[in-house]
Amino acid sequence: MKNNQTINESNKLKLGPMATLLVGDKGGQRLVMALVAIAIIFPFCNLMFPEDSIFHVSTYALTLTGKYLCYALLALSVDLIWGYCGIMSLGHGAFFALGGYAMGMYLMRQIGERGVYGNPDLPDFMVFLSWENLPWYWFGFDQFWFAMVMVLLIPGTLAFVFGWLAFRSRVTGVYFSIITQALTYALMLAFFRNDMGFGGNNGLTDFKDILGYDLQSAETRSVLFFASAMALIFGYLISRFITKSKLGRVLVSIRDAEMRTRFLGYKVEYYKLFIFIVSAMLAGIAGALYVPQVGIINPGEFTPINSIEIIIWVAIGGRGTLFGAVIGAIAVNYAKTYFTGAFAELWLFMLGGLFVLSTLYLPKGIVGAVKSIKEGNGKISRLYFFLKEKIASIKGGA
Amino acid sequence: MAFVRPKHLENEFALYLDGVNVSFDGFKAINNLSLCIEPGEMRAIIGPNGAGKTTMMDIITGKTRPDSGTVLFKNNIDLTQYDEAEVANLGIGRKFQKPSVIESLTVFENLELSLKGTRGVLQALFYRLSHEGLTKINDILELINLAEKRDDTAANLSHGQKQWLEIGMLISQEPELLLIDEPAAGMTDEETMKTAELFKKLAKNHSLVVVEHDMDFIAALECKVTVLHEGSVLAEGSLDTVQKNQKVIEVYLGR
Repeated sequence: MKNNQTINESNKLKLGPMATLLVGDKGGQRLVMALVAIAIIFPFCNLMFPEDSIFHVSTYALTLTGKYLCYALLALSVDLIWGYCGIMSLGHGAFFALGGYAMGMYLMRQIGERGVYGNPDLPDFMVFLSWENLPWYWFGFDQFWFAMVMVLLIPGTLAFVFGWLAFRSRVTGVYFSIITQALTYALMLAFFRNDMGFGGNNGLTDFKDILGYDLQSAETRSVLFFASAMALIFGYLISRFITKSKLGRVLVSIRDAEMRTRFLGYKVEYYKLFIFIVSAMLAGIAGALYVPQVGIINPGEFTPINSIEIIIWVAIGGRGTLFGAVIGAIAVNYAKTYFTGAFAELWLFMLGGLFVLSTLYLPKGIVGAVKSIKEGNGKISRLYFFLKEKIASIKGGA
Repeated sequence: MAFVRPKHLENEFALYLDGVNVSFDGFKAINNLSLCIEPGEMRAIIGPNGAGKTTMMDIITGKTRPDSGTVLFKNNIDLTQYDEAEVANLGIGRKFQKPSVIESLTVFENLELSLKGTRGVLQALFYRLSHEGLTKINDILELINLAEKRDDTAANLSHGQKQWLEIGMLISQEPELLLIDEPAAGMTDEETMKTAELFKKLAKNHSLVVVEHDMDFIAALECKVTVLHEGSVLAEGSLDTVQKNQKVIEVYLGR
């Protein structure tokens, strides 16, 4: 798989379609290998080494990284529609949150009698609101499989209905971005209401266990971490499969010349709808893996700012490359964790500044910058070689 | 291209417009326009800016709905009932005024996307180029002189080459009727003449409507010319007769 230049047709067949996906995709190969490595090493170091060992990875660090992997999957889903099809959704946080709520509902039902009120059928907040029966839309969520189906189905259905209306009416560009912002904002307001039956502004929390395993235990955390890494690999391979196919080229053609694509005979709205639904489902999976790791889901996840932040991750990482989105999400979130700890008030200014700088100097993000340095052209590469020369001359002088 | 006379040429006409009207905010872009293109005919359309040439193309291809009038394709297909993609799949190809190719795809991929065939989403996901498809693309690459640029991204082509690529895309769609908007713009004289030759060859099996400003190009096409003015037909006939027409001279030189 590594030696992609020498691969020939017969080898391709032996490797199967999934493996050939990464042929010629160096960034993707490295990403998948790195993910497999950390999926094994992080949990291993967490469970096998005692806390005072230098090889020990704390459960805190493990969970934090697991969270970033979920963000990375979310960024990937946005890159799929924005990077490849030119649809800038500023409401993708909504699909993430809905996936999270579906998982949260399952986790709530798992609490059972262990809640503060000890009611076996009703979650605490419903008892508190003196509800007598479980609302109909909570039925089935005590079953894990049902909740998992809903993780895909709810974001997928919303994307279908919303996308159908928007794409059929040919809402594009900034108008589409604005209505997606409105969508996530409307959902946030709705979920804030207590009568919605999703815990109001407190959301869903105090989870105890998942499939019978204690959510606080290091083992469960490790499994969730592993699952997040696998989901990200899965998401990457799916996205790669789509973008490498002819469908992917139709998406690019919609991005570059929508009218031309129509006159070639492609029903642009169907293609947009397809990729929007796939993307919403990936975002839903990310949300579902995020919630058990952070232990809470509340309407705050729907805030419009969250959705804008995803766009920044993708832009900084490098739009239209898939692995760039992953790099962007992880890099920006590590920076966020560090800087909100060090100088909390400044973070939003830094994020904004980062976005402006990356638009001006890194139009193709980190991935594009690395590529242009390698090829030796562009502003950023001139800066790089200028600095390199300076440093060399300082060293030589000393 | 096969030299058997295609079936669609047996139709009474390829395109039929009658009493078509379109106005935008009170401005009558198309005013009682009637036009008939025979199967296998090549027709040049000329006219000053704002004469309604592009709007006419928009109406035929389903981009703009006429306020009234009849637009028929191949005897009985009412084009006003279809959107752009459906019109394309009925067998009408369109080349834009500004060369419009898919810049970030290669020349080959541009042609592959245009290749006649299924247009469904899931079919596209599992699509594999057939052997015949590959041969067809290679033939077209030769025809449009871009065989060497096969794997270059379309963004790196010159203006004239983009025009040719778009013509190639049109051919690979295998339409019955081709609507071509200013194909010679940005081409060298030599390229212009080659384009005219190509169109004459295409006209054997296709119906063509060519909008153009370049009179040398139109002369080289050696076909019937329609002059549009203020949204309706001002004159029709050979280039010579049209150029001698007093009304046409007035419109072009101003009153």
